[in-house]
Amino acid sequence: MSKSDYKITVGVECHVQLNTKTKLFSAVDNDAVDKEPNACMSPIDYALPGMLPVLNKAAVEKCVRAGLAMNCKINLVSRFDRKHYYYPDLPKGYQISQMYQPIIGAGVIHLPDGSDVKIEHAHLEEDAGKLTHFDGYSLVDLNRAGTPLLEIVTDLPGMSSAAQVRLYCEELHRLMMYAGVTNGDLYQGNMRFDVNVSVSKTDKLGTRTETKNLNSFRSVERVVEYEAKRQIALLEKGEKVVQETRGWNDTTGKTTSQRSKEDAQDYRYMPEPDVPPIVLEQSYVDKIEASMPKMPGEYRSKFGVLNLDPSELEAILNYPILAKRLDEACDKGGIQLAPRIAHWFSGILLAEENLDKDFSLATAPELVELSGMVEKKELSSTGAKAVLMEMYDKKNTQKTPHQLAKEMNLLQENDEDALGAIIDEVLTAPECAKAAEDVRNGEMKAIGFLVGQVMKKSQGKANPATVNELIKKKLS
Amino acid sequence: MIIADKNTKAVDLVRAALAKAKEYEDYHCFISMNEARALDKAREIDEKIARGEKVGRLAGVPYALKDNYLSPEGVTTAAAKMLDNFPSPITATSVAKLEAEGAIMIGRANLDAYAHGSSTENSYFGPSHNAVNFDHVPGGSSGGSASAVALGIVQFALGSDTGGSIRQPASYNGVWGMKPTYGTVSRYGVVAMASSTDVMGCFANNAEDVDLVMSIMAGKDPKDSTTLDDFWNRELEDAKPKKKKIGVIKDFLGDGVNPEVIKTVRDYADKMKKAGFEVEDVEMPIMKYGLAIYYIVQPAEVASNLSRYDGIRYGHRSTEAKDLDSVYSMTRDEGFMPENKRRIMIGNFVLSSGFFDAYYLKAQKARTLLINAYNEAFEKYDALLCAVAPAPAFKFGEKTDDPLQMYMEDVMSVPPSMAGLPALAAPAGKSQDGLPIGIQLIGPRKSDQVLLNIAKSVEEVA
Repeated sequence: MSKSDYKITVGVECHVQLNTKTKLFSAVDNDAVDKEPNACMSPIDYALPGMLPVLNKAAVEKCVRAGLAMNCKINLVSRFDRKHYYYPDLPKGYQISQMYQPIIGAGVIHLPDGSDVKIEHAHLEEDAGKLTHFDGYSLVDLNRAGTPLLEIVTDLPGMSSAAQVRLYCEELHRLMMYAGVTNGDLYQGNMRFDVNVSVSKTDKLGTRTETKNLNSFRSVERVVEYEAKRQIALLEKGEKVVQETRGWNDTTGKTTSQRSKEDAQDYRYMPEPDVPPIVLEQSYVDKIEASMPKMPGEYRSKFGVLNLDPSELEAILNYPILAKRLDEACDKGGIQLAPRIAHWFSGILLAEENLDKDFSLATAPELVELSGMVEKKELSSTGAKAVLMEMYDKKNTQKTPHQLAKEMNLLQENDEDALGAIIDEVLTAPECAKAAEDVRNGEMKAIGFLVGQVMKKSQGKANPATVNELIKKKLS
Repeated sequence: MIIADKNTKAVDLVRAALAKAKEYEDYHCFISMNEARALDKAREIDEKIARGEKVGRLAGVPYALKDNYLSPEGVTTAAAKMLDNFPSPITATSVAKLEAEGAIMIGRANLDAYAHGSSTENSYFGPSHNAVNFDHVPGGSSGGSASAVALGIVQFALGSDTGGSIRQPASYNGVWGMKPTYGTVSRYGVVAMASSTDVMGCFANNAEDVDLVMSIMAGKDPKDSTTLDDFWNRELEDAKPKKKKIGVIKDFLGDGVNPEVIKTVRDYADKMKKAGFEVEDVEMPIMKYGLAIYYIVQPAEVASNLSRYDGIRYGHRSTEAKDLDSVYSMTRDEGFMPENKRRIMIGNFVLSSGFFDAYYLKAQKARTLLINAYNEAFEKYDALLCAVAPAPAFKFGEKTDDPLQMYMEDVMSVPPSMAGLPALAAPAGKSQDGLPIGIQLIGPRKSDQVLLNIAKSVEEVA
């Protein structure tokens, strides 16, 4: 058998930090970005004796939103458990999690390539703090301790390639962003991935390894590639894969052993007596469901008629506000005007560096108007880009694109009479006589020079295509 | 309850209490005194009264605070080296409510370290003494609180009850002790023992005083999600026994129970008949498993709740520790008492993988059966009667070498704890040696005041 006979099976656990205002069990600021260490911390978070966790209802709502985004069953009754281990970033000596009755049940995520990934469950838990190690001592920062986390666990049959795993992680990120449950900043650890990889030649699953705490799509993809290759090589040598936790080094591009199964901790799970079960009404879930925005999958099927390049489409879908705008623009401007708007999004806005991607700039009617102006040749593509950027930079929603184009002196001259006068002037000018003669003799290359002269005389406002046509007509 | 007014000065009440505390210093009811602050508060209250301003329902009433309640006044020790010199930045909800009504904490009462024990012999600061017989234990874990009330130092004291820690010392010292329905009083700001059965209650000399203190402490607290809506301050009609029928738990009147204790319960049952109750024996065979269930569930929660004492953020930290592992192991070895460690080990054992189903899960299932048995009984009876403990207060050292004997002390008090039911300990008699013997009335959830009213009506016929 060759190496290609191995089937790769991958499962992913993703920790999503929920963007609630306060922590999961304490009324303290949940956003610790740029804060001093231990600035966001209450006696509950540092586990003072006698402190009791009080569940943040907003976190529950975010979970339901996330669950609905993943087409999951929402469990109307769920409970918390304590997961015990000692570490200085875990003040209580246990993490409040959901071991036995998670809030989110089974579901399925449809990937852009048409494949499906099953979700086993997703549970709500609190994040731990952060340790920073120095020479001979370590410091504890509890700002992150108690941040609500939704841990999303995939189900068998799992994924079968590194590319598919990456697609899944990207799509999961999109879903969470669309559901509005996380800030989604991977660099800040808002979404962290644990990747379980095994290989096998038979239907029986091979021994798996788990590589933890990956915070980029690229590293997830690389880990799957590396682990599959490593495990196949071991098996081909007649050796065994050890079930263990491994760590990823982005610089070396390798995983290394961290902890074997034998050293695995016994978490001594116990029902959490301080937090009553979460009991939801179906009507509550229904209400949230009604408030859910369109998901990427819906946009994908709707935008199919626009015939966009797949990578262009996915780039736009990465930003819920862009997808929403494009959707609105489709409804308003139809299939003629929408693709141009899509190109602006992917080709101009997303290509622009340092662009604050909130895109609050233009409404769908404005975008449709702008696209319509190009369609009607009132504005060149370059001119449209300038207007678009103007609308973005100034966040100027008071002026219409037409007003802006006019102010910026970008409106194109399409009036044939007005243009005709300029063209006549150019064609009779001595310096153009040679070119005009060439065109008359069928040497069409010379027409560029003439168009250029007209553009110059019209101070750029003439529509070059129209000018071209008119010159041809006049010289034929 | 003697409350400060125009004729009775709060300062005098506090001074008298402090003087008595000094007089009975040998009984070691207190871990620390709160003299200066108590007197300051008393003066403030007296000034308010002099100005004709409104004062609270417990104006100037001195009380003893079990030293596992957090309060910024002094340090909270939980009678453990682990929390030696621990100043609290916050106030327990129950304490805040009492203080708002003018109650004045004169000292922090002794207990078994982390409330683990039935005699106060597990206190890091040494045991308290029985108010009636100095050579006997005051019971536990709220032994200091019970003794302080029985000695007349304070009119009431706070305790906490996880498996009998209020009722048993109340019985041993001949005072009233109320373990309310689970969730009646906020647990916020009280060092946790076993979260699913911990309740905050009090000791006093009569039913009215218990009622008054509990009515102030009771009520929903947004800081404790397990608290119930305030049922204490509801219509008085709801606080009357409806069926006029009492069941005597027969299973606790047999082997292993001191004859004098059995006689006290029988005598009390007779008084109940005189008070107009129909009284009959009821067999509840599940009761004998209560202790086994309790000593699985409780240590599991204890082990979990004590995990936070790791020497990293507050409290004791071993000065010998060299690395992270030794910070944990040495700090916890030095900071905990042997009984604490025993429970941590039992708790971690029953929760560990491979044993969880056989112990913890089974115990929780048995707990449900216990609750069902109570529910069934309460379809027939207003309340159940039994003793609080199998025997009167024992001598120091008598059970310290045999933890199982010590645990047997809890056999009658733990079942209502496992079911979250209210249970009242009331003085009922004395042994030939003069040691107090109490009875225990157990009722359905939220029937706390019914129990008080039943006991009051029995007292009236006596």
